[in-house]
Order: sequence, then C-alpha cells, then structure tokens
Amino acid sequence: MRTTAFPTTVSGVSERLSGFMAHLRANGLPAGVAETEATLKALKTINAGSPQDVRLACKTICSIHHDSYHRFDELFDSYWFNRGREKSGFDDSHERTRKNNRSNFAPGVDESQKAKGNGSAEQPDDTSDDGEALHNGEGKLIASRTTNIEKTDFRELMTPESIQQAEQLAAKLANAIRDRRSRRFRADKRGARIDLRKTIRRSISHGGVPLRLHRKRKPDRPVRITALLDVSGSMTVYARIFLSFLKGLISHDTHTDAYLFHTSLVRISDALRDHDTLRAANRLSLMAQGFGGGTKIGANLKRFNEQYAAHTVNGRSVVIILSDGYDTDDPQQLADALQRLKKRNGKIIWLNPLSGWKDYAPVAGGMAAALPWLDHFAAANTLDSLAALEPQLKKL
Amino acid sequence: MSWKSLQTDLAAQGYIANDALAMAVYLASQQQRPLLLEGAAGVGKTEIAKQLSAIHNNRLIRLQCYEGLDASTTIYEWNYQKQLLSVQAARDGETEQLDARIFSDRFLLKRPLLEAITQAQPPVLLIDEIDRADEEFEAYLLEILSEYQVSIPELGTITATSKPMVVLTSNGSRDLSDALRRRCFYTYVDYPDLQTELAILNARLPGIDAALAGQIVGFVQSLRKEDLEKKPGVAEMLDWAAAVTGLGIAKLSDNPIELQATMVCLLKTQADQYAIPGEITQRLVGKVVA
Repeated sequence: MRTTAFPTTVSGVSERLSGFMAHLRANGLPAGVAETEATLKALKTINAGSPQDVRLACKTICSIHHDSYHRFDELFDSYWFNRGREKSGFDDSHERTRKNNRSNFAPGVDESQKAKGNGSAEQPDDTSDDGEALHNGEGKLIASRTTNIEKTDFRELMTPESIQQAEQLAAKLANAIRDRRSRRFRADKRGARIDLRKTIRRSISHGGVPLRLHRKRKPDRPVRITALLDVSGSMTVYARIFLSFLKGLISHDTHTDAYLFHTSLVRISDALRDHDTLRAANRLSLMAQGFGGGTKIGANLKRFNEQYAAHTVNGRSVVIILSDGYDTDDPQQLADALQRLKKRNGKIIWLNPLSGWKDYAPVAGGMAAALPWLDHFAAANTLDSLAALEPQLKKL
Repeated sequence: MSWKSLQTDLAAQGYIANDALAMAVYLASQQQRPLLLEGAAGVGKTEIAKQLSAIHNNRLIRLQCYEGLDASTTIYEWNYQKQLLSVQAARDGETEQLDARIFSDRFLLKRPLLEAITQAQPPVLLIDEIDRADEEFEAYLLEILSEYQVSIPELGTITATSKPMVVLTSNGSRDLSDALRRRCFYTYVDYPDLQTELAILNARLPGIDAALAGQIVGFVQSLRKEDLEKKPGVAEMLDWAAAVTGLGIAKLSDNPIELQATMVCLLKTQADQYAIPGEITQRLVGKVVA
C-alpha cells in the first residue's frame, strides 16, 4: 500500500478530503470528484467530529466492491491517523524493476527478484528445488538443446519478446476456449433470423396482421476462465512468464478471473487489469507477500471452493491450474478439493511445467491424487507446448 | 433525522441493522442516491427495502431481475391491443389526431421503473438480484438511476415527479459494471455477529426464552464456521428458532434425535446434511450449552 503523508500545510476540510481521495486513488479505489462531493455533502448531515461516523460514511460512498469495502478501514486509518503500513518493500522492488529492466511487463519482475533476494528464509532454495526435479527427470530437458526460442524451457527464457509472446499466446488460447455458441435458438430482438412460428402465432391476435416481427438467434455462451497460478518456491523460475500468460488470459474480457497462491490465496484479476503498470506491480507485490515460499495447493483450492467458486465456476467454466503439483499438504486434501470443484461441472485443466521434462511422470503425491479429477493435463514449459494447447482446449 | 435515529426506527420495525448499514441507508436517502447491497443469501438485503417502505409509509415497488429482462418488461410498453382497437374504430373518421391519441398516456403501460418515478409520494424501489439480469439491462438502469428520467421516443422525456429511494441487491453471481457501482453507495452485508443476531432473534420472536435464544444463535454462528456449501442465513436461523420453540424444546441438548430432525431448517443441500451428522450437531450443541 502506498502511504500518503499527511499534508500539514493544507487547511480546510475540502482540501484534506481531496487529499484523502487522492490517497484512495493511489491505492486503486475509483474515488473521483463525484465521491468527494458526496462525502462533503454527507459530512454536513452527520456528526463530522466522530471518526467512526466519518469512517462509515466514507466507506459506503467510496468503496464499490467487496474487496475495497474490506480494505477500506486500513486505508482510512493510514491517511487520517498516519497508521498505515509503511511502504514495505515498495522502494526496494521499484528500484529492482528499474535495474533489471528486461521486460515491458512489470508485475512478475519484483516478485521473482524479491523471492531470490530475501525469500531464502521461507523457501528451501532455488537450486535444491531444481535438484529435486532433476532427480525425477534425470536432468535432461527435452528441448533445451535447441536454440529455437519456442522450444526453450521457460527457465532459460526471460527475454521481453518471449514474455510478450506468452501473453499473446494466452490471449489466443483464451479466445479459443471462450468462443462458444449455443445450439438452440433464443428469442432476441436484434436476432438475425425471424421466428416465423412465433410471428404468425402472435399475429392472430391482431387479425392476421404480423404487427411485430419476432426474431431469434443463437446466443453466445461464453466460457468463463478462471486461472490459478502457483507461485511457490519451486515455481519461482516460471512465475514471471506465467504471470504474463495470466495477463494475456484475462485482458480480453471482464469475466476471466486470476488468482495467485503459495501458502495463501489472493485474487489478482483487478491488479492485472490495472493499466498503471507501476501501480499494478505494487499491488501485486503487496498481494503476493510470501511469493516463493512453500505451497499448500489443497488448502488453497479448498479456500477457493469456499470463497470464490460459487460465483465464478459453473458448467460453463474452465479452471486452469498452473502448478508443479509439489504440495506440502496431505494429497487427500487436494483430491477432495478438486472433487468438490469438479461437482460444479466446470472443466479443470492442469498445466504442469515439469511434465514437459523428459521421463517426467506425475508421481508426486499431490499430482497423482489430482489426476482423476482433471479434464486435461498438459505440459507448459515451452512456448510451443502452450501453443499446442489450443486445439485441445477448443475440444473441451 | 440522524442515522442513529434511523437505526432505532428500523429496530422498532424489527430490523436490526449494524452501524455500517444504517449509515449507508441514511446517506443514500439523504443524498437521493441508489444503494447497492451485496452479501451472501439470507443476510437481510431484500428485507431492508421492505422495512424502509414501512418506516416512511411509502409504496414498495419491486423489480425481480432475471436473465433476459428487457426494457419492455421493466420500463414501459405500448398497449398494442388497445391501440389496434382504437385504430380500427377510427378507420373511417378522423385520422389526423390518431397518432397523437394512440401514443398518449392512456395507451402507455407503465412497468416498475417508470412507475417508480411517476409517483406522487417517493416510493422505495427495490431492484432485487440485479446480478441475474443481463449486462444490457444495467445500461438501461444507468439513465434512470443517475438522472431519474426515462426517454420515450414518441412521448419525450419523462422526468421524475418524486425521486424514489432505490435499493439494489446482488448475490455476486456476476460482477456488476463499475459504471453502475459508481452511481451507487455500496455496502457489503455480512452475517451478523453474535450480539446483533441475538437482537434480531429477540425482535422477531419476542417472548423466546433468553437462555434458549443464546443457545440457538451460538449454535448457528458456530455452524457457519463449518465446511458447508450453503451457510445458513438469518432467515434460516429464524425458521429454525421457530421450529425449536414450536416443538417445545427448552434446551438444545434435551432431545438429540428431535434436534437432528429440525436441522432441515438450516441445512439446505444433501451434501450439507451429510456433512453435519448427529455427532457433529451434538459437539456444536455441547459448546453452546454450558
């Protein structure tokens, strides 16, 4: 969170209040002139001397979502009581973004860097994670010998072009998944076809004059995509490119949802849609504290089921999980959570970067438990493997 | 009138609102802005509109949203049959004033939204479960909610004679557009805390035994913490309390079999009923019956 210093030079309620609105804006709430005006009006009708009253009034006026509604108290305190969390890690990450200016997509940069920089306490080690995978896969990547960019494992591929390519690929995939048309016709005012049967039937009441032409068309039944990205220690090397992938997935419509998880689960759809890249990076870094730590896939999926799935997953949904399947929880918990998710009738796709490795078999406890509930299990370690998903996902 | 007195008025009607909700309702009515309420099912979002109309003794106009809702069922429609009859009756005689006549107020069927802004007394307009309506419908709402006017091509613009108090509710089955959200004051209605829920129970079932009321509310509160598909709302709690008192149960721990039978009031899916067998019910009861 950005903390705005309390301006000591301004006087008068309206100036302080517009400062507060600027503070809210900087933290991603859509507070504008209209909100300032409404708040000033409200202050006249309530007891402006009572912090609690003012807080409640501002809360109802300025917050527009569930998320912002619950975050509001913190923002309010940080401005009016100078009690906000300090800019934890903000300067730090910001500087790193500039230093490692390798990408035009910032969100992933500071996290993966930060995880390397100070995440060592909570994460085993980058190298040891690789080592674990190496034990399974005898240390050979299928495609790493070729220089072709499409076939290079993401771990060795962090150029701005490839990241952009991942984003474009994701957008293409999202379109392939989403594009669905119903087989049935439905009454529609601007439909392409005339519903003759209905028109004639209705004309009887007007003495056979077809006064209104009734139309019909096949309605769109877009598939909703929900993506869950594992950003735990073992996935750190892939996190940046997958974040771009996520951005590509969600940027083309407003119904796609994206979540990050490590030891806890955070919704990042709004942050990824933020056009202000720096603010998006900042929001993401706050959301993903613990980036690069251990993984609790089962517990997080359970939380997803409880908190979000009811609104986001139904028979026309595709849930994409991007994870290597290394879970610190009981595999049974993961299986239970997936089973429950499956009950919502959506499709579940698991993209595992490790499965592109030679001789990889999904034997990790979590992965093995998850397999029966998946509609599609595929590799996602090269751009080629992502591109290869398109025909498969079209079929789902 | 301050927001505190509004809260008291609501309480007198038997609706216990927390501070945030009372403030939101108060500001929305002061500034004549729509109020958007989100929250889980059964926390009293729809009820607040009913209570508001009762307090001010105003009409409640309710628009239940569903998929496929369009302007002709929500704003206005011409009475085609009547127009046709009128045209046929006038076929031989006058034709000049015909147009003006058949597109007049008499042939206009007012639907809830138009009706709400043409009342003499400002009514309470409840737009229930707005998230079920299509996105196009939100666009219709924008003009009405911000300008309180409706444009009818044949008649011109109809401006509000009185601005209704608008309450929108949403269960979050679809994300609403930011344009709509920004025109509204927003409150997220959560499950009530122990004290509030106890007050609700006492207000709705006056004369309930204080110890039993405490047990009932405590039980439902802890049941909500269990892993359920559909958490019991306030309405379910009230149903259950009525069932428990109706059966003459004086203490929740008295008759485990009967108590388990009453759980149908609280658990609304098969999976949930399966998830809370008698043993778990007894464990939860054990916690609240000291």
